[in-house]
Amino acid sequence: MTEATKYETVIGLEVHVELHTNSKIFCGCSTAFGAPPNTHTCPVCLGHPGVLPVLNRQAVDYAMKAAMALNCEIATESKFDRKNYFYPDSPKAYQISQYDKPIGEKGWIDIEVNGETKRIGITRLHLEEDAGKLTHVDGGYASLVDLNRVGTPLVEIVSEPDIRTPEEAKAYLEKLKAIMQYCEVSDVKMEEGSLRCDANISLRPYGQEKFGTRTELKNMNSFRGVQRGLEYEQWRQAEVLDSGGTVVQETLRWDDAKGVTISMRGKEEAHDYRYFPDPDLVKVFIDDEWKARVRATIPELPDARKARYTSELGLPSYDAGVITSSKKLADFFEESLNYTKDAKAVSNWIMGDLLGYLNANNLDIEDVKITGQGLGEMIGLLEKGTISSKIAKTVFKAMLESGKLPQQIVEEQGLVQISDEGAIKAVVDQIVTNNPQSVEDYKAGKEKAIGFLVGQVMKETKGKANPALVNKLLVERLNQ
Amino acid sequence: MAAFDMRLQDLHNQLHSKEITVTDLVDASYRRIAETEPAVKAFITLDEENARAAAAQLDKVLQEGGERGLLFGLPAGIKDNIVTDKLTTTCASQFLSNYDPIYDATVMKKLKAAQSVTIGKLNMDEFAMGGSTENSSYAVTTNPWDKERVPGGSSGGSAAAVAAGQVYFSLGSDTGGSIRQPAAYCGVVGLKPTYGLVSRFGLVAFASSLDQIGPVTKNVEDSVYVLQAIAGHDPQDSTSANVAIPDYTAALTGDVKGLRIGVPKEYLGEGIDPKVKEAVMDALRVYEGMGAVWEEVSMPHTEYAVACYYLLASSEASSNLARFDGVRYGIRAENPDNLIDMYRKSRSEGFGPEVKRRIMLGTYALSSGYYDAYYLKAQKVRTLIKQDFDQVFEKFDVIIGPTAPTTAFKLGTQVEDPLTMYLNDICTIPVNLAGVPAISVPCGLADGLPVGLQIIGKAFDETTVLRAAYAFEQQTEHHKLRPQL
Amino acid sequence: MSITIKDVDHVANLARLTLTDEEKTTFADQLNAILKYAEKLNELDTDNVEATSHVLPITNVLREDETRPSWPIEDVMRNAPDEEDGQFRVPAVLE
Repeated sequence: MTEATKYETVIGLEVHVELHTNSKIFCGCSTAFGAPPNTHTCPVCLGHPGVLPVLNRQAVDYAMKAAMALNCEIATESKFDRKNYFYPDSPKAYQISQYDKPIGEKGWIDIEVNGETKRIGITRLHLEEDAGKLTHVDGGYASLVDLNRVGTPLVEIVSEPDIRTPEEAKAYLEKLKAIMQYCEVSDVKMEEGSLRCDANISLRPYGQEKFGTRTELKNMNSFRGVQRGLEYEQWRQAEVLDSGGTVVQETLRWDDAKGVTISMRGKEEAHDYRYFPDPDLVKVFIDDEWKARVRATIPELPDARKARYTSELGLPSYDAGVITSSKKLADFFEESLNYTKDAKAVSNWIMGDLLGYLNANNLDIEDVKITGQGLGEMIGLLEKGTISSKIAKTVFKAMLESGKLPQQIVEEQGLVQISDEGAIKAVVDQIVTNNPQSVEDYKAGKEKAIGFLVGQVMKETKGKANPALVNKLLVERLNQ
Repeated sequence: MAAFDMRLQDLHNQLHSKEITVTDLVDASYRRIAETEPAVKAFITLDEENARAAAAQLDKVLQEGGERGLLFGLPAGIKDNIVTDKLTTTCASQFLSNYDPIYDATVMKKLKAAQSVTIGKLNMDEFAMGGSTENSSYAVTTNPWDKERVPGGSSGGSAAAVAAGQVYFSLGSDTGGSIRQPAAYCGVVGLKPTYGLVSRFGLVAFASSLDQIGPVTKNVEDSVYVLQAIAGHDPQDSTSANVAIPDYTAALTGDVKGLRIGVPKEYLGEGIDPKVKEAVMDALRVYEGMGAVWEEVSMPHTEYAVACYYLLASSEASSNLARFDGVRYGIRAENPDNLIDMYRKSRSEGFGPEVKRRIMLGTYALSSGYYDAYYLKAQKVRTLIKQDFDQVFEKFDVIIGPTAPTTAFKLGTQVEDPLTMYLNDICTIPVNLAGVPAISVPCGLADGLPVGLQIIGKAFDETTVLRAAYAFEQQTEHHKLRPQL
Repeated sequence: MSITIKDVDHVANLARLTLTDEEKTTFADQLNAILKYAEKLNELDTDNVEATSHVLPITNVLREDETRPSWPIEDVMRNAPDEEDGQFRVPAVLE
C-alpha cells in the first residue's frame, strides 16, 4: 500500500438531513414515515397544474437552528430557487432549493480522531424539498413512483474539503448526527433515509496545493458504509495514479455487498440545472429578533456537554466523548446523576455494561428498558452496601430487560446483601470447621488461603453476604 | 341577447321578482351557444349538465328566499387554464386533453361562493402563449365582429364568448396582454388586476411572475362586480397581496373631474394604426370634456419591454411546463423505449409549435453560461420599466393609450413570424412587467372593427382605473355596439 | 452569437423535447431572430440596477406547521397514465 504515504486524500461531504416537521415544506400533507404509497399527497406535492407552494415556518426555524448549531452565519436575506431536472421522483420536474442565498454559511464543527481535535469547515446549509421514492419492478423494466416523501423538508449541509481520511469522514458524520439530534430537528436515522450522505474524494501528492480530480460517491447507506466506500475509493484512485493513469471525474455508486465502487458513467447526463429564483415564493428576511428566538431554543450541544463532564464531573475525555456522542445516552447519564452523586460510577456502568450490551446486540439506548433512575439508584444501593457488585450485575441485567427499579428487583428476587454479623458469623464458623486444611495453610502464613475461605462463604450465602464483612469476620475468627 | 345586455342590478331584480329564473339564464346561454358556436368556436368544453343542476339549485335558493351571492345566477365562461374540479381543463393543449382536475382554483371557489354558474371552458392559445387563439390545439376561435379575423389572445375564447352574448361574463388570464388585447379586438371590457390582487392558485402557470386572472365583461360595471367577487388574499398563493379589498362600486361615479392622465408617446408611435390613434385621441377629448387633464409623457424603456418580457416569460414557462412529463396526468406516448424517450415523445406529441418554441427559448436563456446575459439582464430591465411607471405615477393618476396598435388582424396572417406577433403586445406587456392594473374598454370602431382604450393605474388602485373607465363609458355608446352574428 | 443545430439539440434534450429536422432548422432560425432582438437589452447599462424577481414588495410569507388531510388515493391516481398498486408506473429509471 503506497497511498497512505504518497498521496494526501481530500474529502468533502454533502449530507442531507430530513427535518421532522409535522407537515411538508410547501403543503399541509403529513411527513410521517411508512404510510401506504401516495396517501400523503395532494395537488401541491403531486405537482398538479396550477398549484403553488407556501413555506412552512417550522422548516425555516429548524434549518436556522441546525445552521446555528453548526456555527454558521445566518442569512439576513434568504430566497428559494428552482433546480430544474426531469426525474419521476420529482413531480414538478424542478426541486425547490436554495442556490445563492442559503439559510446558513461559513460554519464549522470540531471532530476528534485518535485523540486529536480537528475543525471541519461547513460551506453552507440550505433548505430544500425532498424527492419521492422509486421501486424497481418487472425485473428492472419498470419503476413505481411513491410521492409520499416529496416535499419533506431537508437541509443540505456541504462541508469544506477539509476531511483527510475516511475515518475523519465517519467522525464528521457522527458529530453531525449528534448535533442534529441534540437540536431535535431530525430523527437522523440513516436506515429510514432521514440522514443521507454523498462524498467527493480526490487524491493529490503531498505538498501539492492543487486538488486532484475528484469522484463523487453515492449510495452509502451507513456511516460504516461511508468509511468503507471512501477507503475503497482512496485505494482505487491511488492504484490508478500509481499505474500512471488519470482519475476520471465521475459519479460512482458504492456497492456495499460487493465492497466496490461502480461507475455510473454513461447512465448519467451532464447536468445543467438552470437555477433561477422561484417566482412562486417570496424572499425571506431574517431579522435579529427571529434569530434570537431560534437561538434561544438551541440546547447545550455535545462539545459543551463533553467539556462539562470532564471539567465538572471529572470524567475521562474519552468516556465523556462516547457518552455525549448520543443525546439519548447523555440524557440517560444525566438522569442517573439525579439519583447518585458518583458520576464516575455511572460513567463506568455506561461505558462497560450498558454499551457492551448494546453493541453486542446491535441495539440503541432507546431499545432497552433501563432508565437513568434505575442505574442511579442501583449505584446508591451499591454504595450503601445493600447489594454487592456481583448482585449489581444481576440487577443491571434485569433492569435492561424489565425496566423495573433496582429496589423492586432486589426485593422480588431476594437479592439483599446479608450484613447481619450474627448470620455471617454462623456461616464463617461452619466454613472454618469444614476446611481445616485451609485454616492450617492460613495459619502457616499462606495468606492466599483466606480467599478460598471467603469464596466458600459467598457460595454458601449464594453471593448475598457482604464481602467486606465476610472478610473481617473470617480474619477475626482465624486469628482467635 | 336581451337578458345578457341587462344591467346586473336589473337582472337581479328580475330574478328576485321571479320574472326570470336562473334556469332561464342558463337556457339562454346554451341556446345562444348553439346558435353562434359553429361560427365563433369560443368553447373547448361545455358543462351543460352540471350547469343546469347548479341553476336548479340556485332557483331553489331563490324560491326559499335564501341569501344571494354577488354574481348570483350569472352564466360564466372560464378560460381553460383555470383549474376546475372534475371539469376537464386542457389549457388548449393536447397534452392535457384528458386531464380531469382533482381540485378547484381559488377563483372557482370564489365564483361558487358568489353563485355564478359555470357554462364551460373557453378556448385560448395553448398554455396562454399567443395573441390570436390560433395556437389552440382544439379549434380556431373567430372574432364575432368578423369571422375571418382573430379574436385576439390568449384569452380569445373569453372575449369572443362575451362579445357573442354566449355568457354574461368570463374569466381570462393576462400575462402580457392576454385579457386586454382580445377584449379590445372583440369590443368588450377586459381588466387585468394588479399582480397579487387575484389568487393565482389554480391558474395553470405560464409565467408566474406576470400571470394574473381577471374578468372579461360587456361593460365596466360588470367588471366591478366580478372583480369584487374574485379579488382578495389567498393563503395558498405566497405572491397574493394581503391588502384590504375596497368596495369597487365606489368607482361607479361617472366623475373624473381633475383626473390627471399621462399619455405615453411611445404607445402612439411607430407601428400604430392611424385609425386606432384617432380613436384614442377622440377618447382623450371625451376626458377633457369631463374635466380631466392629459399630458404627453415619456416612458423611455417601453421599447425594451417586449424583449424583456419574452426572456422572462419564456424562461419561467420552460420551468413551469416541465411538470407535463406524462407520469402523473396528461398524455403519455405509446411504447417508449425508455424513460427519457417517454418524456421526449409525450412532450413532443403533447405540445404545439409555439409552446415548444418558448420552452426552447426559455431553456436556452436559463442554461449554463447564459443566465446572466438573458434572464438576469431581463430582470434588471424589468426594474427600469417599472421605474418608468413609478415616475409617471408621481404626477398622474392614470396612464391612457391604445390597448393594441391595430384592430383584429386576419386569421393566419401573423403566426408565421413570431417576432411581429410578439411586437403586437408593445402596449400591454409593460403593464405586466410593472405589475400594475389596466383595463381595456371599447372606444369606437375602425373600419368596422372595435378599438380598445387602455387605462392603466397604480398598483392596487383598481378603483381609479375603474372610475376612469366607467366615466368614459357613461359618456359614450361604444360599449353598446354589438357584432352581427 | 448564433444558435446552431447542435445548440438546438442540446436545449431540446434539456427540455425533453424531440424535434424533427425541419423543426430544428425553424427553431434555430427563430431563436436566432428572437435572441438577436433581445440583444437590444444590452443597449441599457444595468450595472447598478437591482433585478426584479417579484414585482410586489411581499416578503416572509409563511404558514404554520399544521397538517391537513391528504387527497384520497382514488383522486391521486385518477389521471395516472399507468399505475400499479397505488403507484405511478413508469419505464425503468436507468441505474
